[in-house]
Amino acid sequence: MADHNNTHNSHGGDRHEHGSLKSYIIGYIISIVLTIIPLVVVLNDMMGRTATIAVIMVTATLQFLVQLIFFMHVRDGEQPRWNLITLIFGVLILLTIVVGSIWIMGNNSIGMKM
Amino acid sequence: MAQSPAHGTDHHHHAAGHHDPQDIKLLGFWIFLVTDVILFATLFATFIVLRGGTDGGPTGAELLEINGIIISTFLLLTSSFTSGVAVLAMHQHKIKQMIIWLVITGLLGAGFLYLEINEFLHLIHEGATLQTSAFWSAFFTLVGTHGVHVTVGIGWMISIIIQIVRRGLTDDTKGKVTVFSLYWHFLDAVWIFLLSIVYLMEVM
Amino acid sequence: MLEKIKEFASEFFVTGDPLIYGADASIVLATLGIVFVLTYFKKWGWLWKDWLTTVDHKKIGIMYILAAIVMLFRGGVDAVMMRTQLAFPDLNFLEADHYNQIFTTHGVVMIFFMAMPLMFGLFNIVVPLQIGARDVAFPFLNSLSFWLFFAGAMLFNLSFVIGGSPDAGWLAYPPLSGSQFNPGVGQNFYIWGIQISGIGSLASGINFIVTILKMRAPGMTMMKMPMFTWSVFAASTTIIFAFPILTITLLLLFMDRFFGAHFFTLDGGGNPMMYINLIWMWGHPEVYIVVLPAFGVFSETVATFARKRLFGYASMVFAMVIISIISFFTWAHHFFTMGSGANVNSFFAVSTMIIAIPTGVKIFNWLFTMYKGRISFPTPMMWTIAFIPAFVVGGMTGVMLSVAPADFQFHNSYFLIAHFHQVLIGGTVFGYFAGLYYWWPKMFGFKLNEYLGKWAFWCWNIGFYVCFMPQYLVGLDGMTRRISVFKDPDWQGLNIASTIGAYIMGIAFLFQVAQIVYSIFRHEKDTTGDIWDARTLEWSIPSPAPEYNFAVIPQVHSRDEWWEEKERRARGEKPWDLGPIEPIHMPKNSAIGPIMGAFWFVAGFGLVFHWLWMAIPGLLGVFICMYARSFSAHKAEYYIPVDEIERTEAKLRGGAV
Repeated sequence: MADHNNTHNSHGGDRHEHGSLKSYIIGYIISIVLTIIPLVVVLNDMMGRTATIAVIMVTATLQFLVQLIFFMHVRDGEQPRWNLITLIFGVLILLTIVVGSIWIMGNNSIGMKM
Repeated sequence: MAQSPAHGTDHHHHAAGHHDPQDIKLLGFWIFLVTDVILFATLFATFIVLRGGTDGGPTGAELLEINGIIISTFLLLTSSFTSGVAVLAMHQHKIKQMIIWLVITGLLGAGFLYLEINEFLHLIHEGATLQTSAFWSAFFTLVGTHGVHVTVGIGWMISIIIQIVRRGLTDDTKGKVTVFSLYWHFLDAVWIFLLSIVYLMEVM
Repeated sequence: MLEKIKEFASEFFVTGDPLIYGADASIVLATLGIVFVLTYFKKWGWLWKDWLTTVDHKKIGIMYILAAIVMLFRGGVDAVMMRTQLAFPDLNFLEADHYNQIFTTHGVVMIFFMAMPLMFGLFNIVVPLQIGARDVAFPFLNSLSFWLFFAGAMLFNLSFVIGGSPDAGWLAYPPLSGSQFNPGVGQNFYIWGIQISGIGSLASGINFIVTILKMRAPGMTMMKMPMFTWSVFAASTTIIFAFPILTITLLLLFMDRFFGAHFFTLDGGGNPMMYINLIWMWGHPEVYIVVLPAFGVFSETVATFARKRLFGYASMVFAMVIISIISFFTWAHHFFTMGSGANVNSFFAVSTMIIAIPTGVKIFNWLFTMYKGRISFPTPMMWTIAFIPAFVVGGMTGVMLSVAPADFQFHNSYFLIAHFHQVLIGGTVFGYFAGLYYWWPKMFGFKLNEYLGKWAFWCWNIGFYVCFMPQYLVGLDGMTRRISVFKDPDWQGLNIASTIGAYIMGIAFLFQVAQIVYSIFRHEKDTTGDIWDARTLEWSIPSPAPEYNFAVIPQVHSRDEWWEEKERRARGEKPWDLGPIEPIHMPKNSAIGPIMGAFWFVAGFGLVFHWLWMAIPGLLGVFICMYARSFSAHKAEYYIPVDEIERTEAKLRGGAV
């Protein structure tokens, strides 16, 4: 137990795991910007269908990363980072479920009404 | 996630104590969140596959109103930020500040829920219900599941505040706040995808 | 008024079939018998304090296994009834609708309420002991998982005397399972029985992952973990990614049936094929979930009884992890005939063939472990050896089925039935039996009778081949699954053979029951704690293990740590430096698990009958239990003092340590 505490005390009293007010504010501002971009694009019909979808998905994914890094502190913590590994597998399965369903159902003889 | 021993009421760590209980809980909760990711993934996949199934009835583009959704989005986004600030206050042992930030988080969440219920009532009034078509079944189930998560989160937060008022900040209650804020950030992240895939792609 | 009650009762209870009346009578008699015995011997307090409210992983494991054996009986009776009906052409032992119910409940019971709890039972008993832990990561959650499983299982099993059994097959494809074609309550029992126990399975999956990642003894790195623990890790990982899909799929089916939604309906823009797509995204990983731990068991038994290190440890781990990942990329092979076109079918055919490769690697590793070993043949090893040919043939027919164009012939024929029974019985059931016989002495402190065990073994094996080999042939001949009557006299010979095989397996089960009962009364107490001269940590402590498992947690240096320790002792080297005994931190029993399970049951029952007056209080009860637990959890721990540990150890080890 003793060595366990030491590894943490070496960070000093305020351990970086909790982030700082500054990092939360930065994260908040980036999130707002990333929310406004697709809204502006969609509401003003600025781009074609494919480009709009691309913008929406890219900003959403970036915002997810912002939440993970600035708010959920996924980069911090002890090695090995089992939480991050689980999440990466989770995202892999997530993509399998969504893309796989679209692919299979889209190829059905009955077809998917997109 | 080891807590600074000076403030813990969780006395001595004995033989089996090389396993930090808060560390274990945090990992367990994180894995639970990943299962929730899969849960929402399944709902999203269903929504995407069935989104064309309006059966000649009203479509999303006709009925969904983006203005209310923009407000809800900023409410939830802000609440995600305030729940993070609450955790910061907790680590500085400012109990009062922490509770205030948590209450603000809860109120923002309640505001979000209020808007969502209003939206649902409006849609039902316009003739779009669970029974209308596959599209609306998928819409209400996906958005509603997120709403239920928010509701459960608010109830859970109230219980945590009561426990902190009663017992103060211990390793145990601190762990609960940490885990709750993770849950709340997660709900915000899910909402971003709801906004993108359900609302923005529907009205574009 | 009386008329109304009569009318309600005739709808509520299943009536009109003498078989059901017989079942009703035996359920009532058995319940009365249990209540009488418990009251007569004044055992209610013991039952509640020592068992129902326990959070001890070893006791929870035993309860899982007990429930699984009862469910094996129920599912087995279903199977024997089906085979009786199919013994001769045009037989009328079961009506068509009754037959539909029985093949449905047979499948559901065997997968969800027999294989899963037997698996969780072994997880519970073995994993903490194998990694040198005092309990699982979340002992209360573990108890809750058991009670959710139990509530779900009871709810499902109730359907055959109250309300009527589900009859749309074990995966309940819509539109047949939708309210349009299935207005009764049977499918509701299906949804809620599985949903409630499925939440428990998900929680167990999380629990065991965290246990394995965080609770290992010092020095036990991931690559020094026993292979069974690795298999549990792989299976649990698969559970956490697969079970949420099942939860949602069942939820959507419920929305269709309860609220009139249009996910899987034929009208309103719904698409029943989406259900099939989703349910197999869970369903395919599920078969790997139940078979991976069996692979883990074989890896333990084969090393123990060949008295050699497991061959190819790293490749075993790699194969296990690869299997659990690829299992998520093969689901469409269950519906090649759905019409998704050549590109989709080709992808899933190839991914299915690929998954056979790591499985083959494992088979070779077991064979190489045995090569030049000094093999002994007690019952766990017999099951291990019987598994290999059974699983190889089952796997090969699986590869045949994975060839998409050929599958258009095999699909839904008895060829498929024979295939999946061969992998599920030859793989999963044989594996769990091997595990049960292998760890039984660790659970109870005595070995099961070998003589009766060998009779059971041979009956199971002979019955298995006699039952399922003919089904491959009759399937190729064109007999489809789920038909209640066959007309073609050409199929007569193969069908009667298959029925005889089923009866032999039924006799085998009776031998096992006799074996357990006999062994409880006549056995030799194991005083060594290491009855098989085995290799891993669970055998370093007394049998049955004390509640705290390890008085002092050992320091691990190598893979087969206990074996190495025995070698060191034999060479006269310094044994483990275990350090002094310290007070042990233990979780207290909790009544919230069984109470919450009961509320789930009430809520589920209300939802089955669409009785909101019952469902809402049930769900409220669930939430109140969660609140109660959240407020009391920090008080739910205690310490065992050193002198008590010393006394227990002295008693268990006969003062030897």
